[in-house]
Amino acid sequence: MSAPATVGPVKVRRATKSSWIGLAVIVPILIVLALGPYIISRGLQQNLVILFSLIVLGTMWNLLAGYGGMVSIGQQAYIGIGAYGLVYIADSLGIDPFLAVPVAVIIAGLLSLPISFLAFRLSGGYFAIGTWVIAEVVRLITMQIDAVGGGAGLTLTALNVLSPGRRIAYVYWLSLAAVVIAVLVTYLIMRSRLGLGFTAIRDDATAAGSLGVRVTSSKRIVYLVSSMGCALAGSMIAANTLHITPESVYSVQYSAFMIFIVVIGGMGTIEGPIIGAIVFYALQQWLSDYGVWYLVILGVLAIVVVLLAPRGLWGLLSLNGRIKLFPVGYRLVNPLERFAVVKTKEPAA
Amino acid sequence: MDWLNAVLQGLLLGGLYALLAAGLSLMFGVMRIVNLAHGVLAVVAAYMGYFLVHNFHINAFLTLIVVIPVMAGIGWVLQMGLFNPSLKSGGLAPILVAFGIAVVITNLLQAFFTADTRSIDAGMLGVQSIQVTDTIYIGVFPLITFVVGVLVIAGLQVYLNRTRDGRAMRAASDDKDAAQLMGIDNRRIYAKATALAIGIVGIAGVFLGIRTQFSPTYGDATLIFAFEAVIIGGLGSLWGTLIGGIVLGVAQTVGAQINPSYGVLFGNLVFLAILAFRPTGLLQKAVNS
Repeated sequence: MSAPATVGPVKVRRATKSSWIGLAVIVPILIVLALGPYIISRGLQQNLVILFSLIVLGTMWNLLAGYGGMVSIGQQAYIGIGAYGLVYIADSLGIDPFLAVPVAVIIAGLLSLPISFLAFRLSGGYFAIGTWVIAEVVRLITMQIDAVGGGAGLTLTALNVLSPGRRIAYVYWLSLAAVVIAVLVTYLIMRSRLGLGFTAIRDDATAAGSLGVRVTSSKRIVYLVSSMGCALAGSMIAANTLHITPESVYSVQYSAFMIFIVVIGGMGTIEGPIIGAIVFYALQQWLSDYGVWYLVILGVLAIVVVLLAPRGLWGLLSLNGRIKLFPVGYRLVNPLERFAVVKTKEPAA
Repeated sequence: MDWLNAVLQGLLLGGLYALLAAGLSLMFGVMRIVNLAHGVLAVVAAYMGYFLVHNFHINAFLTLIVVIPVMAGIGWVLQMGLFNPSLKSGGLAPILVAFGIAVVITNLLQAFFTADTRSIDAGMLGVQSIQVTDTIYIGVFPLITFVVGVLVIAGLQVYLNRTRDGRAMRAASDDKDAAQLMGIDNRRIYAKATALAIGIVGIAGVFLGIRTQFSPTYGDATLIFAFEAVIIGGLGSLWGTLIGGIVLGVAQTVGAQINPSYGVLFGNLVFLAILAFRPTGLLQKAVNS
C-alpha cells in the first residue's frame, strides 16, 4: 500500500457540483413561478397556493422532527393561530392584511414559547400526544371566544377591497415568498452552529449535551421557528380559502399531511419535504375520487417508507445523499483531486 | 347534591379511562412504544362488539368472548409484523409507524362503516341504576366498568409480578440486551405484551361502545383520554394509571356540570396543570422515555 502521492493543502468546501447545478435549476423555476399571475389561471394559482402551504408545512415539520427529533401531532395549533390571527387583526382591528400576516406570525411565536415549557416536559411519543392535547385546548378555547365567531368561524373580508384577480395574485405571491422564506430559514439554520448542534441532538441528545450543545434551548428555538412557519402557512390558508372554522384550521389532519409529506419525501433533508409536498399534492388530486381510500393508501405508503426506505424519495433520487441541492455540511477538497469523493458519515435520518 | 353526583359519575368514568389507558401504559413500560393507534384500536373493538350484537343478537357482554382474543391476535400481528421491525429501525420509526397504522385503520373503518355514529345496545343492564339517596343514582353499567377496570389493573399487576412472562417483560423493559442474554426472546415477549395490551383495549372498546356513541374518528379522543390518564397518574405505574383515569373522569364530569361544553376542556386543563406543576404524575418517582 503506497501513501497517496499528493496530500497537498486541504480545503474545506460546502458547495458541491450538484448544489451549483441545483441553484441553476431552482432560480429559473422561481422566476417562472413568480411570473405565475401573468401566465396561469386564477384557479391554478389558488391550487398552487395550497401546494405552497404544504411545502411550508412540510419544511417546518421536518425542521422539528427531521432535525430537532421532535415528532409533533400538534402543529395545527399554530396553523389555526396564524389563520385566526390574520382574519381577526385584518378584519376586526382594521390593520392592512399584508401587515397582519407578520403580526399573526409573531403572535404565534410569542405563544409558542410558554407552550414549549409545557410540551417539553414530555418526550418521544408522549411529546407527540402532548402537543396534540395542547392543540385541542387551543381549538376548544377558540370555540369559546365569541369575538372570533365561536364554533361557526370567521370570514376574511379585508381583502375584498381588491379585485378578485388582484387578491388571488397577491395571495399567490405571498405564498411563494413564504416558501422561499421557509426553505431559506431552514437552510441558514442548518448551516449555522445551531444546525450542527441539532444534528448532534437528534443522533444522541445526551452525548450532544455532554459536548456543550445547549440541548433544551436549541430545541426551543427550533420549536419557535417551526411554530411561526406553521402560522405563516395558516395565514396563507386563511387568505386562500377566505372562511375558517375551528374544525377546519385546527384539524389534526394537517399533522397527518405534514408527517406523510416529510416521511415520503425524506426526513432530515431540506429537499425531501419539497419533493414530498409535490408528490403528496399530486396523489391527493389523483386519488381524490377514491374518498377515504386515499388516506389508507398514504398511510400504507408511509409505513412502508419508514420501514423499508427510511430516507424517503429524496434518499432514492439523491443516490443516498450524494446529490445535494442545499449543502449544509462540510466537505474536504484536495486541490489536486478536486472532485475526489470524501466519505463522510451521513447522519441517519 | 349535583356536585357530589358529578364527582361520583366521574369516579366511575375513571374506571373506563383506566381500562383504556392500561394497555398504553403496558406497551410503553415494556418496549417504550407509544402506541398512537391505541385509541382507534379501541374503536375497532367497539365496532366488533356492535357487529356481533347487531347481526347475531349476542348479549353485549358475551361479545367479549370473541372480541378479546381477536384483538389480542391483532396486537400480536401488529407487533410481529410492524412494531418489531420499527424498533430495529430505531429513532422515530416506531412513532411514525404507529401513526401510520392509526390513519390506515381510521380510514378503513370509514370505508366499511361510514362516518355514522353508532352505539352498542346492552339491553337492560345498559340502563339500569341503583338508587343511593333521593337524588343520587349509580348506573349499573358504569359500576361494572369501574369494577372491571380495577380488576384488570390488579390482574395486570399480579401478572407482571408473579408470572414467568411478566418477569420476562419487566426484564426486557429494564435491559433488553441483558434479557436476551438470559434466554428471553424479546420479539416474542414484546408480541405477548402487545397482545395483552390490545386484548385489554378490546374490553375497553366494547365498554366504550356501550357507554357512548362512536364513529371511526372517535379513536382520536380515546387516545387523548388514555394518554392523559397515564401522564396524570405517572408513567410506569399501573395504579397511577387508575388514579389518573379517575382524576380525569372527575375533572370532565365536574367541568360538564359547570357548562356542558366544558367537559373535555376541563379534563385537558387538569392534565396541563399536572404537566406544569407535577410533571412526574401523581404517583411516580421519575419520568423517562
